[in-house]
Amino acid sequence: MTEKKKLRIATTSLAGCFGCHMSILDIDERLFPLLDLVEFDRSPLTDIKHCGPCDIGIVEGGICNAENVHVLREFRKNCKILISIGACAVTGGLPAQRNHLDLSSCLTEVYLTEPGLAHGHIPNDPELPLPLDKVHPNHEVVKIDYFIPGCPPSGDAIWKFLTDLIAGKTPELGHGLINYD
Amino acid sequence: MSNTFSLDGAEVPFAPGQTVMQAALTAGHYIPHLCYHPEFKPHGSCKLCTVKINGRTAASCTMPAEAGLEIESDIDELNDLRRRLVQMLFAEGNHFCPSCEKSGNCVLQALGYDLEVHAAGFRHQFPDRPVDASHPDILLDLNRCVLCELCVHASSEVDGKNVFGFSGRGITKHLIVNSESGKLADTDIALTDKAMQVCPVGVILPKRVGFSQPIGQRRYDQRPISAQALDDAPRPSTGASHD
Repeated sequence: MTEKKKLRIATTSLAGCFGCHMSILDIDERLFPLLDLVEFDRSPLTDIKHCGPCDIGIVEGGICNAENVHVLREFRKNCKILISIGACAVTGGLPAQRNHLDLSSCLTEVYLTEPGLAHGHIPNDPELPLPLDKVHPNHEVVKIDYFIPGCPPSGDAIWKFLTDLIAGKTPELGHGLINYD
Repeated sequence: MSNTFSLDGAEVPFAPGQTVMQAALTAGHYIPHLCYHPEFKPHGSCKLCTVKINGRTAASCTMPAEAGLEIESDIDELNDLRRRLVQMLFAEGNHFCPSCEKSGNCVLQALGYDLEVHAAGFRHQFPDRPVDASHPDILLDLNRCVLCELCVHASSEVDGKNVFGFSGRGITKHLIVNSESGKLADTDIALTDKAMQVCPVGVILPKRVGFSQPIGQRRYDQRPISAQALDDAPRPSTGASHD
């Protein structure tokens, strides 16, 4: 019997805090049975810089700058199934708390008027991705197939979701695993 | 003719004057609801409790119970509708659960959990709404208001104070404070008021007690709202034995 082809998974963190990636690691020793079923493409775990063709893409964090848009579109182009994971990816989350403020006033406050910034200036290096006027949840930029809410979702929730999905079932979380905080 | 109606195939008894919601909860049948509160006159605005009565949709919290009604509630069509309503409420306000003191005790959040709402689905509006921290003991955060009107009724009907009211129409409708300055500090609201206890979401909060309950011990961490709501329902007034 030939070995079953492993599913290829890519993960990335956009406007997030890597807390959801820490939660992915929180599936603990279940990573070993998971690695019998999947292999990782682009991910902070592999340090691969660009996403190749994948079965599942997992995106933490929402969209707050031009580079986030670029990476999210690369994921959508390459991943058959795209999952938003965590409050920021699903709702905009903490970064989106600036959405009712003017972007230039945020930058002025942070880099110019805060005490202790005697020679401060708003960063303008061409290498830096430009911030967007508003922060967006990912489904406002590309089609997202599934959402795992939580800040972060627990390792158990991520495990349940992924094993449901890999088994070909519609993922369900249920009481105790579905959380928005 | 017996005083019963059919709810999802179960026979539900009712007392004269009861609504479909009251009879269902008393008999141990859960119908999802947000703006309904057992101690106040229902006004049927959130539509979460919509059921099909003899094939037509109606708000179960305002519909008087009648013998022989054929009612459907826990069906895909209605649960999809409820899911959409919850999603729209999340998209319309600023409901950032990770930093909200009400998280874990919030009815809107618990409904989202129970209905397996994984995302708002709609474009988030990120409205610009004020926070009133003027009162020494009470915080008012309008970012989370779902316009259930319970604080308005509690303040006028129970507390006799008329601290809260509504202004505007449609998407501009919002909660206002009844004082010259519009600030909570200039009202006679007190921590012991009924209006402090009825907010289903995190709008009216006592100061300096936030996050006192650890995650895992909050109201809806322990039981889903579908189970909790039945515990909270008034018990049958006749034939019930209490030990």
